[in-house]
Amino acid sequence: MLRYLASRLCIAVLMVLLATLVIFLIANMVPGDPVLTQLGDIAANNPDMVAAFRHRWGLDLPLWDRYWIFLTGLFHGDLGISIGSQRPVLEDIAQYAPATVELSTIAFLLALIVGLPLGVVAAMKRDTWIDHLARSISLVGVSAPTFWLAFVMLAVFYGALEWAPGPGQISASTFPPPTITGIMLIDAPLAGDWDTFWDAAAHLVLPSIVLAASTLGLITRTTRAAMLEALSQDYIRVARAKGLVRRSIMLGHALPNALLPVVTLGGLAYAQLLTGTVLTESIFSWPGLGRYTFQSAVRLDFPAIMGITLVVAAIYVLVNLLVDLSYAALDPRVSRR
Amino acid sequence: MSGVETALLAATVESGTGARRRRWLRRYGLAALGGVVIAIWAIAAILAPWIAPYPPDVVNVAGRLLPPSDLHWLGTDVLGRDVFTRVLYGARTSLAVGFIVVLLGALFGTLLGAIAAYIRGWAEEALMRATDLVFCFPPIILAMAIAAALGIGTRNTVIAMLVVWWPKFARLARSLVIGQRSAEYVAAAQAIGFGPSHILFRQIIPNAVGPLVVLVTLDLGNAILVFAGLSFLGLGVVPPTAEWGSMVSEGRELVNQWWVATFPGLAILSVVIGFNFVGDGIRDWLDPHARRR
Repeated sequence: MLRYLASRLCIAVLMVLLATLVIFLIANMVPGDPVLTQLGDIAANNPDMVAAFRHRWGLDLPLWDRYWIFLTGLFHGDLGISIGSQRPVLEDIAQYAPATVELSTIAFLLALIVGLPLGVVAAMKRDTWIDHLARSISLVGVSAPTFWLAFVMLAVFYGALEWAPGPGQISASTFPPPTITGIMLIDAPLAGDWDTFWDAAAHLVLPSIVLAASTLGLITRTTRAAMLEALSQDYIRVARAKGLVRRSIMLGHALPNALLPVVTLGGLAYAQLLTGTVLTESIFSWPGLGRYTFQSAVRLDFPAIMGITLVVAAIYVLVNLLVDLSYAALDPRVSRR
Repeated sequence: MSGVETALLAATVESGTGARRRRWLRRYGLAALGGVVIAIWAIAAILAPWIAPYPPDVVNVAGRLLPPSDLHWLGTDVLGRDVFTRVLYGARTSLAVGFIVVLLGALFGTLLGAIAAYIRGWAEEALMRATDLVFCFPPIILAMAIAAALGIGTRNTVIAMLVVWWPKFARLARSLVIGQRSAEYVAAAQAIGFGPSHILFRQIIPNAVGPLVVLVTLDLGNAILVFAGLSFLGLGVVPPTAEWGSMVSEGRELVNQWWVATFPGLAILSVVIGFNFVGDGIRDWLDPHARRR
């Protein structure tokens, strides 16, 4: 088990490094030029200023030297300076990450808490109204464009009904709590500030529903299919023949077997939520990594893009690793191999 | 045969076909519905210049933000352009981009995956590591970086999407070819003396094409969603072009003039649901095991 874990970790680190190389090459081979997006038109026409800008950001060095600088910096825990914000990329990421973690974790929990039971019940009461309802919800969830869903939610619950607060992480009139973790829902209670806590929680409702929609659809659909598959197996017939009550057949026999595909999907879905907040964050003015990614991509802010790539690749690789490990825990046959 | 018996027989036959029709509807009704929705959008896209009531990008400041009415069925936008017209024209961009990205991505990915799986060895290993690598990135982030770097425009966005689109097809094609390559008919073809390219392209791929067709259909909706998302962020079409994602973006602040953003969004939703229904239908049709469910 330990050897397995060690080799998986090595491969994981290699993959992350390779990912940074790929994004580095893509970002540098395409004919975009950060000089034009950063300097104004007038400055960009002045050769001295362009040369100084290129020298300042190391853009005049050969490609491999620049990647080498990035790598050595990386091993010293330095991701370079963002061209856009003029601050260390690591500081930027540390500042924006908590808001994204908060939003996507809440969205993930929402998708799980609603999606899992909905899928199980839909499979148990197949072809009844509740099954049709579950299938419709998951269909709309995976088919609706995120940005449009966000608009509709804001228009209805903020604009028309005024039930929910508008975009942003907290109201303009609310003071943010002192930063400890950067996650409002944790920092506010730590500071004893429950008003801020409820304000932050209210601001989370709409964006987390919007972000959760497609994951909720996927989880419901997968759970339902996996439950139906499990219910058609012989051991279910045996359990029924033994005279077990329906409840214990469903929850004791079918569900544990149906969970395997759901765990795989769930892990991947969490990674997708963490890295897929770009649209939701830009609509809800959420001060997270998604908005930072978008701004960096538009500005061709290479150091920032590299840093984000590293984080994204690390999240994916880590989640895949966790999924494989949980497989071993859920299915004894895997670890024995 | 007595009259009663004939009537009984007729009744049984009739109820037989009725039951068959009901079963067909139950099984393929949604797929047929999806097909109809997509057909309507395809016709609308092709005929847009003839059936649209107004020109798509003529600005009319006097008639801006009019609510839906007899004259403007879906209202007008910020620049006074007819929303219904622009939704029709938007179908052209969205459907075209969806088909181009998915078909080219599927073609490229399938060829790569199938060839790698058939020749095995280091080529297969290298290919799988490459697909793993692309899988590390969510398509929208990579496509965003590429689209931003190449410059904004439909063609560049399509290129950016293609870069991240092929791996899923390469993976599926590889696993399908691995499943087929030890089948008896492959050994038989080898015994007859067919060359490897004949065996791969004429024997194995036609036998493995079903799941690929399903993935293509389900993926069309997905490609349309991603492209609309990029357009929404301003990384898709160039502004005067009518496109559903950018139309929602133009109306995103207009909560009281809800029609500007709502209808293009509904258009996306209906197309994506349509492709989902058709894809599910094809899967049920190809897979008798899933059909029972």
